[in-house]
This record gives sequence, C-alpha cells and structure tokens, in this order.
Amino acid sequence: MKHTIRKATRHVNQNEGLIFEKSSAGKAAWKLPPLDVPEVDAEKLLGSSARKDLGNMPEVSEIEIIRHFTRLSTWNYAIDLGMYPLGSCTMKYNPRVNEAVARVEGIANGHPYQPEKISQGALQILKTLSECLIEITGMDAITLQPAAGAHGEMTGLLMVRAYHHSKGKPRKKILIPDSAHGTNPATAAMVDYAVENLKSDSRGMVDIGALAAQMNEDVAALMLTNPNTLGVFEQDIHKIADILHAKGGLLYMDGANMNALVGKVRPGDFGVDLMHLNLHKTFSTPHGGGGPGSGPVAIKKALKPFLPTPVVVTKPDGTLGFDYDRPHSVGRVRAFYGNFGMFVRALAYIQANGPDGLRQTTEDAVLNANYIRKGLEGTYDLPYSTPTMHEVVFSDKLQAKKGVRTMDIAKRLIDYGFHPYTTAFPLIVPGALMIEPTESESIEEMDLFIDAMKSIADEVEEDPQTVLDAPHWTRVSRLDETAAARKPVLRWKPGASQ
Amino acid sequence: MRYLPKSPADREAMLKTMGLKSVDELFFPIPAEYRLNRDLKIPRQMAESEIVDYFRQRSRENAEGYTSFLGAGAYSHYRPVIIDSLISRGEFLTAYTPYQAEISQGTLQSIFEFQTMICELTGMEVANASMYDGSTAAAEAVMMAVRLTGRRSVIVARSLHPEYREVLATYATHQGMPLSIAGFDDTGRVDLKELEKSITTETACVLIQSPNFFGTIEDVAAIAAMAHKNGAMLVVSIAEAVSLGIVEPPRGADIIAMEAQSFGVPVGFGGPYCGVIATREKFVRQMPGRLVGQTADKQGRRGFVLTLATREQHIRREKATSNICTNQALVALMVNIFMTVYGKVGLKELAKQNLAKSAYAASQFAKHGEVLFSSAPRFNEFVVKTTEDSHAINNRLLGHKLIGGFPLKKFYPELGNAALWCCTELTTRSAIDAATGLLAENTGSEPEKEEAKEEVAR
Repeated sequence: MKHTIRKATRHVNQNEGLIFEKSSAGKAAWKLPPLDVPEVDAEKLLGSSARKDLGNMPEVSEIEIIRHFTRLSTWNYAIDLGMYPLGSCTMKYNPRVNEAVARVEGIANGHPYQPEKISQGALQILKTLSECLIEITGMDAITLQPAAGAHGEMTGLLMVRAYHHSKGKPRKKILIPDSAHGTNPATAAMVDYAVENLKSDSRGMVDIGALAAQMNEDVAALMLTNPNTLGVFEQDIHKIADILHAKGGLLYMDGANMNALVGKVRPGDFGVDLMHLNLHKTFSTPHGGGGPGSGPVAIKKALKPFLPTPVVVTKPDGTLGFDYDRPHSVGRVRAFYGNFGMFVRALAYIQANGPDGLRQTTEDAVLNANYIRKGLEGTYDLPYSTPTMHEVVFSDKLQAKKGVRTMDIAKRLIDYGFHPYTTAFPLIVPGALMIEPTESESIEEMDLFIDAMKSIADEVEEDPQTVLDAPHWTRVSRLDETAAARKPVLRWKPGASQ
Repeated sequence: MRYLPKSPADREAMLKTMGLKSVDELFFPIPAEYRLNRDLKIPRQMAESEIVDYFRQRSRENAEGYTSFLGAGAYSHYRPVIIDSLISRGEFLTAYTPYQAEISQGTLQSIFEFQTMICELTGMEVANASMYDGSTAAAEAVMMAVRLTGRRSVIVARSLHPEYREVLATYATHQGMPLSIAGFDDTGRVDLKELEKSITTETACVLIQSPNFFGTIEDVAAIAAMAHKNGAMLVVSIAEAVSLGIVEPPRGADIIAMEAQSFGVPVGFGGPYCGVIATREKFVRQMPGRLVGQTADKQGRRGFVLTLATREQHIRREKATSNICTNQALVALMVNIFMTVYGKVGLKELAKQNLAKSAYAASQFAKHGEVLFSSAPRFNEFVVKTTEDSHAINNRLLGHKLIGGFPLKKFYPELGNAALWCCTELTTRSAIDAATGLLAENTGSEPEKEEAKEEVAR
C-alpha cells in the first residue's frame, strides 16, 4: 500500500470465542446472601409449572466475563476512538457526567409507581427538560413518552389523525419527500395512512410546484426533514407551510437533523405544527451500539388535547403530578413515562451547554460540515451545489468509472482508522456518501479524514483493487451477508463449529 | 464550552479556508425572518460540579433511601457491579448500530449471545436483538400474529399489565384490529370458559401474561390448546424475567414478548428497559426488530452480521414489518451480562429466593388481610385485599420509609381495597415484618386521611 495511513496503526487484538464455549459445570460468577426467610419447595409451590433445568445457559467465572466482554469491546469502533461521520446520525461526544448523574441512587432506582409526593425529583426533571425542549423547538407542548425517533413519528401521526378526526374530516394521505428516511413511510403505514411521494427539485429541496399540485383535502400532513437528508435547509419553508395550512394540512418535521438548528432557528417559528426530536442524536445520549433512543414529540397548541397520557402537571398545592384524565388523548404509546434515563442525560447536556454553548455547538457542527465539503469538493462529485448545513452528501460518480462504489470507499476508510460515512442514502443520490462530522471534531481530526478520503480517491485511480478488497486490517474481512440471510444462523447451538 | 475541541483561532482559520468572514454566512440559507436573534431561555451554562449537585438534589426528592414493595412491571433486583463496569467501556457505550460489521464484531457477537440465551430461557427457536420495552414488544407481537394468520381479531387477557393493554389499544386503533377482553376467574387467571367461548375462526391471537399482572402463573398449555384448535396464535408476555429461572417457560406459545428489565436493568423510573420478541423459526420473517446472524468472512473465519434486513424499514419503507429503527442495544448488553453472571445455576437460585421471600411475605400479610388468588401458583407478586383503603395503608408505611404495594382500584375496581405486592431477593425479612405490623395497625383515626385521597390518582 503506497499511501500513508496516519490515523491508525495495526496492533494485536485478542481472540475470543462465544461465552458458551467457555462454560463448564460448577463455575460461577454469582453469590447470593443467606436466605433470611424459610426455604420453600419450588416443586410443591409451582406444581407442573416448576422448571426442571435451564438448558445451555453458561457457567463461567467473573474474570472470564470481564475478559470476554472487554475483548469483544476492542473489536468495536466508537466515538471515543475517533470521528464517526455517519450522516443524519449525529454521532457526537457523549459526555460522561450524563452517565454519572443517571446513576445517582434516587434517579437510577426510582420506581415508576412510587407515590407522586416522593417522586418530585423525577417529575421536576421531566418538567424542566420539557420546558427546555419546548423553548429550543419554539413549540407549545411536548410528550417525552416515545422510546425512539420512529416511535415519536408514530405518536406524532396518531396525533395528526386525532386532530383531523376532531375536525370531522379524517384524511387519507401523508406526503413524504423522496429524500426522506425509511422510517417516515413505514410509520405512515402503521397509522393506516397512504403514502404519497413528493419529488425534490434540482436544488434538492421540496418541489413547491409539485407540492401545490399534490396538496388537497385528503392530505393529513407532510413529513419533512429540515434540514433535509442532503443537509439542505428548505429555503421555501414558509411557502411549504402556507400551502399545507391553506388546505388544512399539518406540517410534521422529522427532527433527525435538529443539530443544525438548535439556538439558531426554531421550527415552531417557521410553521411546523409538530416534530419529534432524537435525544440520542442532538442531545448527546449515547447510541450504545443501537439504542436506547428517545423520541419526544413537540407540538403546537392545537394538538394539545391529543397528547399521550399521562402528562406532567402542577397541582393546586404547587407539587407536580401526572394527569391521566385526558379524554381526547391518543392513548399511551409505552408503559410508564418513556426512557427516563435518557431524559436525565439530555437535561445534563443542556445544562452543560446553556444557551451560548448550544448556539456555539450548532455553529461548530455547520462549520465542520462545510470545512469537509470544501476539503473534498473536486475529489468527489457533489450532486447538489446548494449550500449545506450540518452534513454534506457526495456521490461516487467519479470513482464508479473505475468500478469502485460508495460502499467500497467506506470499507477502505476503515483501514484509515475511521468509521464509514452513511452509504447509499438518501435515495435521490445514486451512490451517496453522506457525511456528518458533528461539532465534536477538531481541525486535526477532520484534516486526517480529508486526507484519508483524498488518498482513497488516489488509490481508486492507481490501484482500485485495494479499495475493492477493503478492509484489509480488520479482524474479519467482508462478511458474507447473502449466506447469512439465505440460511439464517441466529443462535449458538451445542456442538456448533467455531 | 468544554465539549467543543476548537479555539477561537481554529474557527477563524477554518472560516478563512472557506473564504468566509463570519460563521453567520453559513446560516444565510435560513430565511432571515426566522433566525433567532436572542439567547434561548434555558438554564445558563453550568459547571460539572453544579450539574452533579442538581441531580443529587433531585435524587433526594425521589424516594432515596426507601424500601419498596412495588413490582407491577418494574422489578428491583440486585445488579452485579461488573454490568456497569463493562457497559461503560466507550467501545460499547459510544458505538452506533453495527451496520459496518468489520468494526462492530463486539456488539454483534454480544447480541448473538443475547439471542441465544433468550432462546434457552424462553424455549423458543429465535429471538430478536431487543425491542423498546415489554409493552411495545407485546403490541408488535400481536401485529406479527395478525400478519401471520391473516386474521384481525385479538383477545387480550384482563390479567395482562393494564398499561400494556393501553399501549396495545393505541397501536390497534388504526390497524383495524378489534380487541376483546378475556376476564379472570377466582384463581386470578384467565377464565378458560369465557375464553373458549370468545375464540373464533376470526381470532388472530390470544395475548396473555405469565406470570400475569397479579403474579399468578397462567395455564399456558390449556390456553395454547384452545387457541390452536381455532387456528389462532398464542402470544405470551413475560414482564418478570427472573421468573424464568424457576417457572416453566410458556412453551405452548407461538410468540413470546418479553420485558427483560429484571435482568440487570435499573428500575430507573420506568425506562429505558429491554423488550424482546422470541418465536418459532418458521415465523422469523414476520418478526420485527433487528437480528444478528452468524456467517463467515472471505477467509472462512466466523463473524456476525445484522441479517434479514429485508423485513426492515430502511429497505422496505412503507411495506416493512414495523417502523422500528433503533433497538435497546446497550440495555440488552446489561441483560446479556446479567444472564452470563447468574447462568444456568445462579438464575435458578435467584428465582428461588424470590419465591421464598414472597411466600413468606404472603403468609405474614395473610394474618391481616386476604391474599387473593392463592389456589394458583405464583412467582414473586401477590394481591392482598384489606378492609382499609390501600392508599391509607401506604401512607402509614411511607412514614417508615416503606413503599407499600401497588393499589389496584384504579385498574381493577372489582377487587375493592386490593394491592399488588412484590418481594425480590432484595426484600429483607425485617422489611416484610415491619410492613406486616403496619398492615395490622389501623387506628381508625388516621391523621393522614386527607393525603390518602390525593394518592388515588395513581
């Protein structure tokens, strides 16, 4: 390999089998205290419901468990190791004070059904976070109950349905731009709406003419991501809102890209009727390898009666409580009150930033994305020249001439010590390279990234096979996904080969 | 701002590279009339020490130092220390969904082990990588049964967690899925006669919980037979995962929708938790949520990938099995570590202690109240009916830093003054004895009567 890789160096990493392969009878990592009540005969108490044995559950010692999971952890890439430029995923730093405060005793161990008068601390956290998010979005009210972004979308569309129902005009369709994330149409289907695709124009924005033509009284709402998945702010946002509102439709905003807006502009001010936030994106709660997320939905006044139950209220005596008596509510979307632990982390993040920190964060996120855009323009094809905010989408058009596609470039990036960007999305850009650095990257890290991307582009010209076979330095090479799907092996079984 | 890795000079240099005078120019695409020209009205920037103080203060206002007899879908079990040591590793904590398999083998292998252990414990053939929680897992499992049977009617046990029922009702509203309720008999379990009458050839599935909301273990085999006779499926929700250590899993179920919170996840005021769906291999293509499968790399080495993605929203869009995009990976990792720590023998012993504690508590409480549904087997929860109002009793307990059972009147008015009590391995004999004494102590002139009313809303 001719090109120098500056960010990463190969080093030894430990092999590790499945935990079941370490198990042997009599090993244990647990110890229970002596029982302080009379022993019971389980067979007698449970009768035929008594369980005989626990099959192939492992038996291992504590040190083996520590080594097992520590070794596994070293096989992962992580934000803590470096830039994670996944577009629309907002992989920012996850502050450790968030983790510390989420583990304070009364917060980690509070029971959801403990009486309200001894739950004032938790209720205060719910209330304060709600107030912050309402101010940040410029909306009037919020529910924190949805467990993730897609769950928030569903909650939002349920409220849209309830709203139109209350007007005596149930509607049938949701408009969704062709640049949208796959959860949007999947959600609309779950709430029994028909999905109608909305074309983007040559700038990568909603085609206003098409919207005006497609908008009618059967359309319940438009689900719009703003900035959209190209990182482009919908400059005609007021016209979009006006076209919808004129025909009684609602403007739903997917808040996936809120990291471009916090403290600079508020969706409530530009005509959005309801939107969800992703606390695990914009508000720094950790992705944890794919969750937990949290997807609060902020709304305008007109939608208030339809919020999921319960909602936090201040009672006449000044204490906080839950109001369950909401006859127009869409109901409950999750047991208890949502992913409370994520609320704690998001609030700690907001407190650590304050108004000035949040604004600076947004500015840095947009600055970083544009710095990368500038650095890679010319090396990679930029399908839309429209100014972008917090992320930038290139295409593999130039590299495809050598038979190298976006996924190959992404895999080669791994050898350079980076996590790949988002590939093959949005769908309106064939062979997309979608890059979102977030505010968490220094100039040094971004320069390394730009160098790596340029170096790969050179490799594509000089030695495309190196790129096509990447990654070369990982503990496993490209895995056979077709075989995995054709003959699924979804669990370990005794006697399975290693 | 301490999270931002840039000096003012860095920012200036970057702007210069781009030929910009000010960062404001990057925000010109936003129409000027909408740009915010003031500070957000949120708390000022705080030091780390101030943030820690703020949450310690909230903690003190949140039942810190109380001993609780609450269960009802959120269970206090001991969490081995190594759970937090391991999940705090940045490589687990700060990783994304493992789409890039070559640099995500840690997360992928751990999920594969999680799926395996869930299968072992539930007696099912496949399990997914996790769902939001037990309530949404139950709703998604029902929708899965509707897809699999091509039928739409759903029968829901009244002994299913009331909030799970509410969530299902919300999900079902716009999917043309009529729900009907199957009541419970005087054993606290599904009334089999009533159920038999209500199952028809239109029934997609019967949804029950076992151990059910009252802690009672359902006659799963009988219900499965009834459902299957009519071509319907049986979906079983398990809210108290520790029960699987000693209670026979619902092997007659077609789909199991679990809440695994009991396995090492903090009670945390209701979330985040860890739902899971487990089922038969033949149904896997209709199962929602992520799945990890084993495969090999180019050199034939074992490796793991996310698989069967053609069920999912990012490929199928409006035709997906569900709109689910995230799962609860980090919480599933807690569950995985917990299951590994206790393992084959420990889980059984742990469950046995739960059984013993609740059996002892039930025998003590029976001296001052009526323990309902005693003719059926139960795990670590039981219902106590009293002459005195449950909230009044609980107020008395609160004075002694004890949180009493969950008052059932709101959801089950027919049971009168009844409360659902839970004991786990963490409940001490002295706490049980103290609660027993306070249960008895009804002076008739309660000074806290006024407050009792206020709590009825819960």
